[in-house]
Amino acid sequence: MASDNQEAKDFTPSCPIPPTEYPHILLAHGGGGTLSHQLIEKIFVPTFGNALLDERHDGAVVGLDNNKIAFTTDSYVVRPLFFPGGDIGTLSVNGTVNDLAMCGARPLCLSAGFVLEEGLLMETLWRVVRSMKKAADTAGVQIVTGDTKVVDQGKGDQIFINTSGVGVIECDHLISPSRVRPGDVVLLNGDIGRHGMAIMAKREGLEFESNIESDCAPLADIVLEMIAAGLDLHCLRDLTRGGLASAVIEIAGSAGVQIDLDDPSIPVSEPVRAACEILGLNPIYVANEGRFVTFVDQNNADRALEILRAHPLGEDARVVGNVADGRAGLVTMRTAIGTQTIVDMLSGEQLPRIC
Amino acid sequence: MKFVDEYRDAASARALAIRIESITTRRWTIMEVCGGQTHSIVRFGVDELLPKQIKLVHGPGCPVCVTPTELIDKAVEIASLPDVIFCSFGDMLRVPGAKGNLLSAKAKGGDVRIVYSPLDALDVATENPENQVVFFAVGFETTAPANAMTVYQAARKGVKNFSVLVSHVLVPPAIEAILASPNNRVQGFLAAGHVCTVMGYKEYIPIARKYEVPIIVTGFEPLDLLYGVYLCVRQLEEGRAVVENPYARAVRRDGNPNAQELIRDVFEVVHRKWRGIGEIPQSGLGLREEFAGFDAERRFGVVGRSEDETTECVSGLILQGVKKPNDCPAFGTRCTPEQPLGATMVSSEGACAAYYRYRRHVMKES
Repeated sequence: MASDNQEAKDFTPSCPIPPTEYPHILLAHGGGGTLSHQLIEKIFVPTFGNALLDERHDGAVVGLDNNKIAFTTDSYVVRPLFFPGGDIGTLSVNGTVNDLAMCGARPLCLSAGFVLEEGLLMETLWRVVRSMKKAADTAGVQIVTGDTKVVDQGKGDQIFINTSGVGVIECDHLISPSRVRPGDVVLLNGDIGRHGMAIMAKREGLEFESNIESDCAPLADIVLEMIAAGLDLHCLRDLTRGGLASAVIEIAGSAGVQIDLDDPSIPVSEPVRAACEILGLNPIYVANEGRFVTFVDQNNADRALEILRAHPLGEDARVVGNVADGRAGLVTMRTAIGTQTIVDMLSGEQLPRIC
Repeated sequence: MKFVDEYRDAASARALAIRIESITTRRWTIMEVCGGQTHSIVRFGVDELLPKQIKLVHGPGCPVCVTPTELIDKAVEIASLPDVIFCSFGDMLRVPGAKGNLLSAKAKGGDVRIVYSPLDALDVATENPENQVVFFAVGFETTAPANAMTVYQAARKGVKNFSVLVSHVLVPPAIEAILASPNNRVQGFLAAGHVCTVMGYKEYIPIARKYEVPIIVTGFEPLDLLYGVYLCVRQLEEGRAVVENPYARAVRRDGNPNAQELIRDVFEVVHRKWRGIGEIPQSGLGLREEFAGFDAERRFGVVGRSEDETTECVSGLILQGVKKPNDCPAFGTRCTPEQPLGATMVSSEGACAAYYRYRRHVMKES
């Protein structure tokens, strides 16, 4: 490991496997022999190091104080690996942390499964692993077990990561779409569309006047604050692929309620709006990685907003809609000009329009 | 956002709607020509603000919708060839031909890439000298200048591994075809604002005169559309039929002469088949002989089969304003954006897809 001095200077200690030795990932790094061992001992264990991982067992044995746990898994595939506001490493930690948070759980530990493509720069893996460590520290989770496989060149896209996570449920009531009912309000913790547009701008080499950064962030803390305040949260959902629209449509469907959104109340930053206008995209369908909706009873809305706004990840929190006793599964939108339209699920990815 | 928010103002929209209502004494059918306008109308629910007597019908101005099946098949055939990199605007990828679409060609191993500008496709060609790079040059007068520029640049730089599959179409012949049809019900037009940015609006003046229809050069924001409808209704009520240009912030009478010159240098007017409508004489653009070396159809010798939509699909009638999407029995049942029977269900600018996304539940009630 680099000295503390160096680390304080640039926060990026150099890769512990010197480039002269193995500048690229080889098939043998997944073969279970000395090179696999070297990867574990020099890269993963020193970076993620904690008592559970240091056991070097086939799995981690975790003690829990509570008899209710949340368990989730997600795989991360993103091109480019590095984008403004994050990289595949931060995504792979925050994404799973957020899924746990949406269950009302305090995330405890994650597993990390890597599928590496032969020929990947060792330096690239190192950067990703460092990002994961930093994200895990920020989110207060430990990476306690893992696995690495290497696939032939051309059979993967540099790095795929799967993380699974376990968290302890910290609230005594159920948080689930089944609890959403007419009279609830929909709260959103900030402006939407930044992750999707940051990726698209970087991937397609689009140049906009101002740089759009991904909103990638861990949401457990802000959720746990609402729980600690004793708020009865009916449902939580993080907005990922498919954006705000898809998340709300899913909930309207599973809860069997109508949800009415209010377009002018939905915050969208100017650069994201401009980019969406140019490309013919609707920001409500664009991906996010640090945004979520909270469903609470109308009577709890002010208190919930107050807590959200006091947190750095909720400064721009708003009420963006409410739950009505209308047609089950229907989501409507009050438009900027005051009319009401239907919000529908997209059949696939939003594709930029011709003209 | 400047030039957006002020054109989406709720109070001004209501005020305009009241003005429209106050001058409307009878039923009028007005066509918005461009798919971008259709999209905006349904996204913002603009037509809900209009009095019941005003019926908006959706025109043929969606390039994705009117590109004929056999050209999609040619695109799929070329994209499936080894060593070909096929570049296209995003929303062409889902359009079904008779033999699948470009997305399925990609899934089967074809190198199909989305580009945002045709010049990006030319860069791909320069960066991949071992590959043949083909750009799918579709669209109306709006995309024609950039596509012409790309071919022009390719010729100037001597880029040998680049070609274009051309299916350009022109708006005025399509408007004339609709007006000349015995089934025509359209009494006034909202002309496509951005087409007029390039071409100006002088070519519409004789059409307005000959067929005695008002033609209003109209933008794409809700207030643009409402004001376009207002001017159109006012002319209809007063018995006038001229071209008016309220979209002066983007359109001049003569358009953009440089862009027009570029189009003329590279393309010539040709007969073109429109999906769902059929061949319209002198309604498209093809490469001039001196640029024929960049014609992908010639380079790859592809022959698309001429195949019409399934008989169930009424997209041709929808594109001509004779029917609305909800008049079709297959709408939302056998025909959805996931399994489209015709192209109007594919693009977000297609009338059927726009209705499906924003109107489906409402229509089931009615």
